[in-house]
Amino acid sequence: MNNNKVIQVEGLTKMFGDFTAVDAITFDVEKGEIFGFLGANGAGKTTAMKMLIGISKPTSGRATVAGFDVFTNTEDIKKNIGYMSQKFALYDDLTVKENITFFGGIYGLSRKKIKEKSDTLIEELGLKKVANTLVGALPLGWKQKLSFSVSLIHDPKIVFLDEPTGGVDPITRRQFWEMIYKAANQGTTVFVTTHYMDEAEYCDRVSIMVNGKIEALDTPKKLKEQFEAANMNDVFLKLARG
Amino acid sequence: MSITVSNISKSYKKVKALKDISFEVKPAELFGLIGPDGAGKTTLFRILTTLLIANEGNATVAGYEVVTDYKKIRNSVGYMPGKFSLYQDLTVEENLNFFATIFGTTIEENYDLIKDIYVQIEPFKNRRAGKLSGGMKQKLALCCALIHKPKVLFLDEPTTGVDPVSRKEFWEMLKRLQQKDITILVSTPYMDEAALCDRIALIQDGKILQIDTPEAIVKHYPKQIYNVRANNMYQLINSLNEYEHNHSVYPFGEFVHYTDSRTDFNPEDLKVYLESKNLTIVEIEKTEATIEDTFMELAK
Amino acid sequence: MKRFIGFIKKEFFHIFRDRRSLFILFGMPIAQILLFGFAITNEINNVDIAILDHSKDATTKEIINKISASKYFTIKQMVVREADIASVFKKGQVKAVLNFEKDFSKNLIKDNKATVQIITDATDPNIANTISNYVNAILQKYQKELNKDITIAYQIIPETRMVYNPELKSVYMFVPGVMTIILMLVSAMMTSISITREKELGTMEILLVSPIKPFQVIIGKVFPYIFLSIINAVVIVMLSIFIFNMPVQGSLFLLGIESVLFIISALALGILISTISETQQTAMMISLMGLMLPVILLSGFIFPISSMPEPLQIISHIIPAKWFIIIIKGIMLKGVGIQFIWKETLILLVMTVFFIGLSVKKYKIRLE
Repeated sequence: MNNNKVIQVEGLTKMFGDFTAVDAITFDVEKGEIFGFLGANGAGKTTAMKMLIGISKPTSGRATVAGFDVFTNTEDIKKNIGYMSQKFALYDDLTVKENITFFGGIYGLSRKKIKEKSDTLIEELGLKKVANTLVGALPLGWKQKLSFSVSLIHDPKIVFLDEPTGGVDPITRRQFWEMIYKAANQGTTVFVTTHYMDEAEYCDRVSIMVNGKIEALDTPKKLKEQFEAANMNDVFLKLARG
Repeated sequence: MSITVSNISKSYKKVKALKDISFEVKPAELFGLIGPDGAGKTTLFRILTTLLIANEGNATVAGYEVVTDYKKIRNSVGYMPGKFSLYQDLTVEENLNFFATIFGTTIEENYDLIKDIYVQIEPFKNRRAGKLSGGMKQKLALCCALIHKPKVLFLDEPTTGVDPVSRKEFWEMLKRLQQKDITILVSTPYMDEAALCDRIALIQDGKILQIDTPEAIVKHYPKQIYNVRANNMYQLINSLNEYEHNHSVYPFGEFVHYTDSRTDFNPEDLKVYLESKNLTIVEIEKTEATIEDTFMELAK
Repeated sequence: MKRFIGFIKKEFFHIFRDRRSLFILFGMPIAQILLFGFAITNEINNVDIAILDHSKDATTKEIINKISASKYFTIKQMVVREADIASVFKKGQVKAVLNFEKDFSKNLIKDNKATVQIITDATDPNIANTISNYVNAILQKYQKELNKDITIAYQIIPETRMVYNPELKSVYMFVPGVMTIILMLVSAMMTSISITREKELGTMEILLVSPIKPFQVIIGKVFPYIFLSIINAVVIVMLSIFIFNMPVQGSLFLLGIESVLFIISALALGILISTISETQQTAMMISLMGLMLPVILLSGFIFPISSMPEPLQIISHIIPAKWFIIIIKGIMLKGVGIQFIWKETLILLVMTVFFIGLSVKKYKIRLE
């Protein structure tokens, strides 16, 4: 097994009855890579992601995440990855500090470590004034940035982000991506799905799923050349429309 | 004027959702309300569709006042609220029939209006709305809002959460509708869709940042933007952020949009600086501002 | 282990920060214990009874005094003629009539025995039994007193008669109550859930911004449930007639009309609940806690209202179900016509109109 590949997927398939949601996908992700996982709604993205983070059992194929098998070692996978989704990230009726403490505890961090991380996080995100405010009262952009930081609190090898910037204002979106870059630079692999095609350009490599299969996988630059497109949006349109 | 909004303000408990909003929409105009979540778009829509009453200011829709003549407005507008509210356990056809009947018309009467859209979901007409994909729900919701040939159409974030292909198709449909003399007020968080409107209002935190045609808004961007590229995006961003003369540094796809605080800025100086930071393959080119650049500049 | 504790801590935060869960955890148990404690009782207190005294002599007067003095009974009225007994029961004002035979004292002295009839309204068989037993106990005690210094014992012979339900079938009590609850459940809860579901899904917004008038929406929502409730009522009555052999002594037509009246009042309550609920969950909770529970406990369906403390008795007056149960029992078991239940019907009618008026007034034509 190549130590540099944090995610290895081979022929991974998921069927619901006789409907094939994910059709034998194969790809790898390298350490420290920002990997964009794109596709239309219903293309199979979410299902594939669920298998990789260990909450859905594949029908067939093979995959390892952070070196652990998705069939047999889901518990180890969960300990070694971070996860953040648009739909839910933090508890609205807990304060900033309480959320950090809670998730730190869930990931098994010592009390000392949690305090350390908490102070650093609050400082870095400029949340000192609202540390004891309920998260529900914060603007969306601050919530998203905080929840991203919380997903990294246990220094996971890989972090999975499911449409993390939906609805957020353009400035915060970019600040968010700067945080992603920083994490990647420090060696964390980032696996992200998004509907903002310009964000696809920030990724090192991008895969596009159509009807359960991966129809394209390359760097944004090469994809644009391949499809003779000016930007990733056009690549997507050309691919999806056929 | 099809829609007039004069000094509208609205607060919920302690939060001021709309702060002194004013604008007008001309008949048969495709007007975009562009801004992120929490900007106040939905609140404004609800005031215009008579579902909420503003704390201050007044508004008219199709000549009727939103508070006193609310019944007339409710009889003549089409409204598609966020998350495409449809009856999940009714089929496509049943949903459409229901809304037609509610508005005192039939599917046949105004079929030509929705034909282009309906043909795309017609194959699924006996499927329950709850089982449709996001793109199809969107099309169905649009048909239901149009079925009674409204004078004004309100679409609250119709493309949110839908894939780029469906989004593009949706806007093409809107353009065609415009030709049928319907005024359309659309809200969206996607800046690239703004360019497809006749005029747009940029809105953030309850305030309007600017109103104009997309071209005019972009032309008025105060500075010259440069596309900057290098071998490592992260280091590039950091270096630019550390550069003492920077005015704005925003990643934009494969480039960084950079503006300098000096009026006599020479790109060569920047190139030298970046190369001194061990960046290679440095490219710096002038580029046109986009709506998003303008939005961020105004929102700062 | 630490993870686990951290998780528990979080759960406590959620609970204490949510007003609704606090209410359920603390408010409701207290309310329920009080309610159950006071309402649930199989004892009787202050049961209204009537006396028909053919003798009017010293002995009967003493017995009557003893009964009047006991906390179990209140003597509501004196009946004059035998023929009046039936109508006294039909009016539903008393639960029992004690009928002392002529020459009570004389018979005791002459024959050493005298009879008194204990006639109880057995539409509520449990209560009827209890009343009977308690009266008997009082009579026995008095009899003992009388026999203290006498060689040949006097015997006061009680003759027990149960009217309306001679076999003391509990189904007679059970069916009217269940019918009331089911009608209330289907009408009120389902209506309120149906309206709040539209609010939750967001389709209510679209309906508001359309030509359809709010009252059309309400009537439209309510209409199917009228039909379903009527069908339910018919099915229950049929089942009780054919399977439980329960009689319907009175007019089925009257029963039908009164049922429709009650259904409408329940529907109006359902609409009222929907105006104060934003989610289906809230609507269901209010329907269950705010309607179902009080109806079961305070309508007199299982536990006698007369045995409850004053405040609960007053509350029971404003529960429509209480009046409807009296009406149904009257029609089904006692065969009464409208002349005996006009008062209850009027009360139900007034309540219905009030609920309808209130819900129309509270119905929001906007989102706030």
